[in-house]
Amino acid sequence: MRRIAILLAGLLVAGLAHADAGTAVKASHAWIRVLPGNLPAGAYVVLHNDGAKPLALTGADTAAYGEAMLHESSATGGVSRMRAIDALPIPAHGTRTLAPGGYHLMLMDAKHPVHPGAKIRITLKFDDGSTLLVDFLARPASALSDKD
Amino acid sequence: MKHPRVPRLALFLLALACCLLLAGCQHHEALPFKLTRISGHMPDLQFRLTDDNGKTVTADDYRGKVVLLYFGYTHCPDVCPLTLAHLHVVMQQLGKQADEVRILFVSVDPTRDTPQVLHEYVRAFDKHTVGLTGSAGAIEALTKRYRAAFSREPSGKDGNYEVSHSSAIYVFDRDGHASVLSTPITPQADLVHDLKLLLDSGD
Ligand SMILES: [Cu+2]
Repeated sequence: MRRIAILLAGLLVAGLAHADAGTAVKASHAWIRVLPGNLPAGAYVVLHNDGAKPLALTGADTAAYGEAMLHESSATGGVSRMRAIDALPIPAHGTRTLAPGGYHLMLMDAKHPVHPGAKIRITLKFDDGSTLLVDFLARPASALSDKD
Repeated sequence: MKHPRVPRLALFLLALACCLLLAGCQHHEALPFKLTRISGHMPDLQFRLTDDNGKTVTADDYRGKVVLLYFGYTHCPDVCPLTLAHLHVVMQQLGKQADEVRILFVSVDPTRDTPQVLHEYVRAFDKHTVGLTGSAGAIEALTKRYRAAFSREPSGKDGNYEVSHSSAIYVFDRDGHASVLSTPITPQADLVHDLKLLLDSGD
Protein backbone atom coordinates (compact mmCIF):
# COMPACT_ATOMS: atom_id res chain seq x y z
CA MET A 1 0.00 0.00 0.00
CA ARG A 2 2.77 2.39 0.99
CA ARG A 3 4.78 1.37 -2.07
CA ILE A 4 1.85 2.23 -4.32
CA ALA A 5 1.50 5.62 -2.65
CA ILE A 6 5.17 6.38 -3.30
CA LEU A 7 4.82 5.21 -6.88
CA LEU A 8 1.75 7.41 -7.37
CA ALA A 9 3.52 10.38 -5.82
CA GLY A 10 6.45 9.82 -8.16
CA LEU A 11 4.16 9.71 -11.19
CA LEU A 12 2.41 12.88 -10.04
CA VAL A 13 5.72 14.78 -9.74
CA ALA A 14 6.80 13.53 -13.18
CA GLY A 15 3.42 14.59 -14.58
CA LEU A 16 3.67 18.12 -13.18
CA ALA A 17 7.18 18.59 -14.53
CA HIS A 18 6.01 17.37 -17.90
CA ALA A 19 3.24 19.98 -18.07
CA ASP A 20 5.90 22.67 -18.58
CA ALA A 21 7.65 20.63 -21.28
CA GLY A 22 10.92 20.64 -19.38
CA THR A 23 11.71 24.33 -19.68
CA ALA A 24 14.47 25.82 -17.56
CA VAL A 25 12.56 29.10 -17.32
CA LYS A 26 10.60 30.24 -14.26
CA ALA A 27 8.11 33.10 -14.41
CA SER A 28 7.04 35.59 -11.73
CA HIS A 29 5.20 38.95 -11.43
CA ALA A 30 3.02 38.17 -14.46
CA TRP A 31 0.33 40.77 -15.13
CA ILE A 32 -1.72 42.41 -17.87
CA ARG A 33 -2.73 46.06 -18.09
CA VAL A 34 -6.39 45.94 -19.10
CA LEU A 35 -7.68 48.89 -21.15
CA PRO A 36 -11.33 49.79 -21.75
CA GLY A 37 -13.31 48.37 -24.66
CA ASN A 38 -11.39 45.94 -26.81
CA LEU A 39 -8.16 47.93 -26.96
CA PRO A 40 -4.89 45.96 -27.16
CA ALA A 41 -3.33 45.16 -23.77
CA GLY A 42 0.30 44.91 -22.65
CA ALA A 43 1.42 41.80 -20.72
CA TYR A 44 4.47 41.82 -18.46
CA VAL A 45 6.48 39.14 -16.64
CA VAL A 46 9.88 38.44 -15.08
CA LEU A 47 11.59 35.39 -16.64
CA HIS A 48 14.44 33.58 -14.94
CA ASN A 49 16.55 30.99 -16.77
CA ASP A 50 17.68 28.31 -14.28
CA GLY A 51 19.61 26.49 -16.98
CA ALA A 52 23.27 26.58 -17.98
CA LYS A 53 22.39 27.41 -21.60
CA PRO A 54 21.03 30.73 -22.90
CA LEU A 55 17.41 30.60 -24.08
CA ALA A 56 15.13 32.96 -25.93
CA LEU A 57 11.43 33.74 -25.65
CA THR A 58 10.05 33.42 -29.18
CA GLY A 59 6.32 33.90 -28.76
CA ALA A 60 3.15 33.29 -26.79
CA ASP A 61 -0.24 31.66 -27.22
CA THR A 62 -3.45 32.20 -25.35
CA ALA A 63 -7.05 31.19 -25.87
CA ALA A 64 -8.17 34.49 -24.32
CA TYR A 65 -6.88 36.72 -27.15
CA GLY A 66 -6.81 36.44 -30.94
CA GLU A 67 -3.19 37.43 -31.14
CA ALA A 68 -0.17 37.72 -28.82
CA MET A 69 2.86 39.52 -30.20
CA LEU A 70 6.34 40.00 -28.75
CA HIS A 71 7.11 43.75 -28.82
CA GLU A 72 9.65 46.29 -27.74
CA SER A 73 8.85 49.94 -26.97
CA SER A 74 11.55 52.55 -27.29
CA ALA A 75 11.74 56.32 -26.85
CA THR A 76 14.94 57.33 -28.61
CA GLY A 77 15.16 60.93 -29.81
CA GLY A 78 12.01 61.81 -27.89
CA VAL A 79 9.85 59.59 -30.13
CA SER A 80 7.87 56.66 -28.70
CA ARG A 81 7.60 53.70 -31.03
CA MET A 82 6.93 49.99 -30.90
CA ARG A 83 8.43 47.20 -32.98
CA ALA A 84 7.84 43.46 -33.19
CA ILE A 85 10.76 41.23 -32.18
CA ASP A 86 11.34 37.57 -33.11
CA ALA A 87 13.26 36.45 -30.05
CA LEU A 88 14.07 37.84 -26.63
CA PRO A 89 17.27 36.26 -25.18
CA ILE A 90 17.38 35.13 -21.54
CA PRO A 91 20.98 34.55 -20.43
CA ALA A 92 22.02 31.30 -18.72
CA HIS A 93 21.30 31.61 -14.98
CA GLY A 94 19.99 35.08 -15.81
CA THR A 95 16.81 37.13 -15.76
CA ARG A 96 14.89 38.99 -18.46
CA THR A 97 12.17 41.42 -17.48
CA LEU A 98 9.19 42.37 -19.62
CA ALA A 99 8.04 45.68 -18.14
CA PRO A 100 6.08 48.81 -19.18
CA GLY A 101 8.06 51.04 -21.53
CA GLY A 102 10.21 48.16 -22.81
CA TYR A 103 9.63 44.55 -23.76
CA HIS A 104 6.04 43.34 -23.59
CA LEU A 105 3.54 40.95 -25.07
CA MET A 106 0.89 42.83 -26.98
CA LEU A 107 -2.47 41.05 -26.66
CA MET A 108 -5.07 41.90 -29.27
CA ASP A 109 -8.69 41.01 -29.88
CA ALA A 110 -9.88 39.65 -26.51
CA LYS A 111 -12.28 36.73 -27.02
CA HIS A 112 -14.28 37.74 -23.93
CA PRO A 113 -14.11 40.95 -21.88
CA VAL A 114 -11.19 40.73 -19.44
CA HIS A 115 -11.79 42.38 -16.08
CA PRO A 116 -9.21 43.38 -13.44
CA GLY A 117 -8.70 40.53 -10.98
CA ALA A 118 -9.05 37.80 -13.63
CA LYS A 119 -6.26 35.30 -14.28
CA ILE A 120 -5.37 34.84 -17.94
CA ARG A 121 -3.43 31.72 -18.97
CA ILE A 122 -0.69 32.33 -21.50
CA THR A 123 1.73 29.74 -22.90
CA LEU A 124 5.22 31.16 -23.37
CA LYS A 125 7.30 29.52 -26.10
CA PHE A 126 11.08 29.27 -26.11
CA ASP A 127 13.63 28.65 -28.86
CA ASP A 128 14.59 25.17 -27.51
CA GLY A 129 11.02 24.01 -28.11
CA SER A 130 10.06 24.14 -24.45
CA THR A 131 6.97 25.98 -23.22
CA LEU A 132 5.77 27.45 -19.94
CA LEU A 133 2.16 27.95 -18.88
CA VAL A 134 1.80 31.16 -16.85
CA ASP A 135 -1.21 32.77 -15.15
CA PHE A 136 -1.19 36.53 -15.77
CA LEU A 137 -3.15 38.72 -13.35
CA ALA A 138 -5.41 41.26 -15.08
CA ARG A 139 -4.90 44.69 -13.54
CA PRO A 140 -6.61 48.08 -14.02
CA ALA A 141 -5.38 50.58 -16.65
CA SER A 142 -3.67 52.80 -14.08
CA ALA A 143 -1.64 49.94 -12.52
CA LEU A 144 2.15 50.22 -12.64
CA SER A 145 3.06 46.65 -11.62
CA ASP A 146 1.58 43.31 -10.57
CA LYS A 147 0.85 44.68 -7.07
CA ASP A 148 -0.29 48.02 -5.64
CA MET B 1 17.14 114.47 10.86
CA LYS B 2 17.91 111.43 8.66
CA HIS B 3 15.31 109.25 10.34
CA PRO B 4 12.40 109.65 7.89
CA ARG B 5 14.66 108.80 4.94
CA VAL B 6 15.37 105.24 6.07
CA PRO B 7 11.80 103.92 6.02
CA ARG B 8 11.24 105.67 2.70
CA LEU B 9 14.27 103.92 1.20
CA ALA B 10 13.21 100.60 2.69
CA LEU B 11 9.73 101.09 1.26
CA PHE B 12 11.19 101.91 -2.16
CA LEU B 13 13.41 98.80 -2.08
CA LEU B 14 10.49 96.66 -0.99
CA ALA B 15 8.36 98.02 -3.83
CA LEU B 16 11.19 97.38 -6.28
CA ALA B 17 11.60 93.82 -5.02
CA CYS B 18 7.87 93.22 -5.40
CA CYS B 19 7.90 94.53 -8.96
CA LEU B 20 10.84 92.34 -9.89
CA LEU B 21 9.22 89.33 -8.25
CA LEU B 22 5.92 89.90 -10.05
CA ALA B 23 7.60 90.43 -13.41
CA GLY B 24 9.70 87.34 -12.79
CA CYS B 25 6.66 85.25 -11.99
CA GLN B 26 4.92 86.34 -15.14
CA HIS B 27 7.77 85.02 -17.27
CA HIS B 28 8.79 82.23 -14.88
CA GLU B 29 12.36 83.51 -14.93
CA ALA B 30 12.36 83.42 -11.15
CA LEU B 31 10.78 79.99 -10.67
CA PRO B 32 13.39 77.34 -9.84
CA PHE B 33 12.07 74.60 -12.13
CA LYS B 34 13.65 71.14 -12.05
CA LEU B 35 12.52 70.13 -15.55
CA THR B 36 13.66 71.46 -18.93
CA ARG B 37 12.45 75.06 -19.26
CA ILE B 38 10.64 75.77 -22.55
CA SER B 39 9.23 79.22 -21.74
CA GLY B 40 10.06 81.51 -24.65
CA HIS B 41 10.97 78.54 -26.88
CA MET B 42 7.50 77.14 -27.45
CA PRO B 43 4.34 79.09 -28.38
CA ASP B 44 1.32 79.55 -26.10
CA LEU B 45 -1.30 76.81 -25.99
CA GLN B 46 -3.68 77.19 -28.93
CA PHE B 47 -6.04 74.70 -30.55
CA ARG B 48 -9.61 74.01 -31.62
CA LEU B 49 -10.52 70.33 -31.13
CA THR B 50 -13.34 68.05 -29.93
CA ASP B 51 -13.28 66.80 -26.34
CA ASP B 52 -14.28 63.31 -25.17
CA ASN B 53 -17.84 64.52 -24.57
CA GLY B 54 -18.11 65.51 -28.24
CA LYS B 55 -17.94 69.24 -27.47
CA THR B 56 -15.82 71.68 -29.50
CA VAL B 57 -13.17 73.17 -27.22
CA THR B 58 -10.32 75.64 -27.58
CA ALA B 59 -7.27 76.41 -25.44
CA ASP B 60 -9.24 79.28 -23.87
CA ASP B 61 -11.49 76.73 -22.15
CA TYR B 62 -8.47 75.64 -20.04
CA ARG B 63 -7.19 79.11 -19.10
CA GLY B 64 -6.86 79.30 -15.34
CA LYS B 65 -5.70 75.68 -15.15
CA VAL B 66 -2.16 74.38 -15.32
CA VAL B 67 -2.17 72.14 -18.42
CA LEU B 68 -0.21 68.98 -19.22
CA LEU B 69 -0.31 68.30 -22.98
CA TYR B 70 0.48 64.78 -24.20
CA PHE B 71 0.13 63.25 -27.66
CA GLY B 72 -0.83 59.56 -27.88
CA TYR B 73 -3.46 57.10 -29.10
CA THR B 74 -5.67 54.53 -27.44
CA HIS B 75 -4.42 51.52 -29.44
CA CYS B 76 -1.00 52.09 -27.87
CA PRO B 77 -0.87 49.29 -25.28
CA ASP B 78 2.38 50.13 -23.53
CA VAL B 79 3.88 53.63 -23.42
CA CYS B 80 0.69 55.73 -23.51
CA PRO B 81 -0.99 53.90 -20.58
CA LEU B 82 2.31 53.92 -18.70
CA THR B 83 2.59 57.70 -19.13
CA LEU B 84 -1.04 58.27 -18.08
CA ALA B 85 -0.61 55.92 -15.08
CA HIS B 86 2.46 57.90 -14.00
CA LEU B 87 0.54 61.16 -14.39
CA HIS B 88 -2.24 59.70 -12.22
CA VAL B 89 0.31 59.17 -9.43
CA VAL B 90 1.56 62.74 -9.92
CA MET B 91 -2.01 64.05 -9.64
CA GLN B 92 -2.58 62.04 -6.46
CA GLN B 93 0.54 63.61 -4.98
CA LEU B 94 -0.82 67.08 -5.73
CA GLY B 95 -3.84 66.34 -3.53
CA LYS B 96 -6.60 68.96 -3.75
CA GLN B 97 -4.46 71.11 -6.06
CA ALA B 98 -4.92 68.49 -8.78
CA ASP B 99 -8.33 70.08 -9.40
CA GLU B 100 -6.44 73.09 -10.79
CA VAL B 101 -4.63 70.88 -13.35
CA ARG B 102 -5.83 69.31 -16.61
CA ILE B 103 -4.12 66.52 -18.52
CA LEU B 104 -4.95 66.96 -22.22
CA PHE B 105 -4.49 63.64 -24.06
CA VAL B 106 -4.49 64.57 -27.76
CA SER B 107 -5.03 61.63 -30.10
CA VAL B 108 -2.64 61.30 -33.03
CA ASP B 109 -4.98 58.58 -34.36
CA PRO B 110 -8.26 60.46 -34.96
CA THR B 111 -9.49 57.74 -37.37
CA ARG B 112 -9.88 55.20 -34.54
CA ASP B 113 -10.11 57.57 -31.58
CA THR B 114 -13.67 58.87 -31.57
CA PRO B 115 -14.82 60.98 -28.60
CA GLN B 116 -16.63 57.90 -27.22
CA VAL B 117 -13.51 55.70 -27.34
CA LEU B 118 -11.45 58.49 -25.79
CA HIS B 119 -14.03 59.09 -23.05
CA GLU B 120 -13.85 55.53 -21.74
CA TYR B 121 -10.08 55.52 -22.12
CA VAL B 122 -9.20 58.69 -20.20
CA ARG B 123 -11.68 57.87 -17.42
CA ALA B 124 -9.71 54.69 -16.74
CA PHE B 125 -6.71 56.74 -15.61
CA ASP B 126 -7.36 60.06 -13.89
CA LYS B 127 -10.50 62.16 -13.60
CA HIS B 128 -8.54 65.32 -14.47
CA THR B 129 -7.78 63.95 -17.93
CA VAL B 130 -9.52 65.20 -21.07
CA GLY B 131 -9.31 63.26 -24.35
CA LEU B 132 -9.07 65.47 -27.43
CA THR B 133 -9.52 64.52 -31.06
CA GLY B 134 -10.34 66.35 -34.28
CA SER B 135 -9.68 66.55 -37.98
CA ALA B 136 -6.35 65.21 -39.23
CA GLY B 137 -5.46 68.79 -40.16
CA ALA B 138 -6.21 70.27 -36.73
CA ILE B 139 -4.17 67.56 -35.00
CA GLU B 140 -1.27 67.92 -37.38
CA ALA B 141 -1.27 71.68 -36.84
CA LEU B 142 -1.07 71.21 -33.06
CA THR B 143 1.74 68.63 -33.26
CA LYS B 144 3.68 70.91 -35.63
CA ARG B 145 3.19 73.85 -33.27
CA TYR B 146 5.06 71.89 -30.59
CA ARG B 147 7.43 70.08 -32.97
CA ALA B 148 5.89 66.77 -31.90
CA ALA B 149 6.17 64.64 -35.05
CA PHE B 150 4.11 61.50 -35.46
CA SER B 151 3.82 58.86 -38.18
CA ARG B 152 1.66 55.86 -38.89
CA GLU B 153 3.46 52.50 -39.19
CA PRO B 154 1.78 49.30 -40.42
CA SER B 155 2.01 46.34 -38.04
CA GLY B 156 0.71 42.79 -37.88
CA LYS B 157 -2.16 41.60 -40.00
CA ASP B 158 -5.68 42.90 -40.71
CA GLY B 159 -4.40 46.37 -41.63
CA ASN B 160 -3.49 47.15 -38.03
CA TYR B 161 -1.06 49.98 -37.49
CA GLU B 162 0.93 51.66 -34.76
CA VAL B 163 1.61 55.37 -34.49
CA SER B 164 5.05 56.50 -33.44
CA HIS B 165 4.71 59.80 -31.59
CA SER B 166 6.48 62.32 -29.41
CA SER B 167 6.99 61.05 -25.86
CA ALA B 168 7.11 64.56 -24.37
CA ILE B 169 4.66 66.08 -21.89
CA TYR B 170 4.37 69.85 -22.38
CA VAL B 171 3.47 71.84 -19.27
CA PHE B 172 1.66 75.19 -19.56
CA ASP B 173 0.93 77.73 -16.84
CA ARG B 174 -2.54 79.06 -16.01
CA ASP B 175 -2.23 81.66 -18.79
CA GLY B 176 -1.37 79.06 -21.44
CA HIS B 177 2.33 79.96 -21.60
CA ALA B 178 4.66 77.02 -22.29
CA SER B 179 6.70 76.42 -19.12
CA VAL B 180 8.55 73.09 -18.87
CA LEU B 181 8.94 69.80 -20.71
CA SER B 182 8.57 66.43 -19.00
CA THR B 183 9.41 62.99 -20.44
CA PRO B 184 8.44 59.42 -19.52
CA ILE B 185 11.73 59.04 -17.64
CA THR B 186 11.41 62.28 -15.67
CA PRO B 187 11.26 61.49 -11.93
CA GLN B 188 7.67 61.96 -10.71
CA ALA B 189 8.90 64.07 -7.79
CA ASP B 190 10.45 66.61 -10.20
CA LEU B 191 7.21 67.00 -12.14
CA VAL B 192 5.24 67.35 -8.87
CA HIS B 193 7.76 69.98 -7.75
CA ASP B 194 7.38 72.08 -10.91
CA LEU B 195 3.59 71.75 -11.00
CA LYS B 196 3.42 73.03 -7.42
CA LEU B 197 5.58 76.02 -8.39
CA LEU B 198 3.20 76.82 -11.25
CA LEU B 199 0.11 76.25 -9.08
CA ASP B 200 1.43 78.47 -6.28
CA SER B 201 2.67 81.31 -8.51
CA GLY B 202 0.32 84.06 -9.65
CA ASP B 203 -3.46 84.12 -9.30
CU1 LIG C 1 3.31 46.70 -28.36
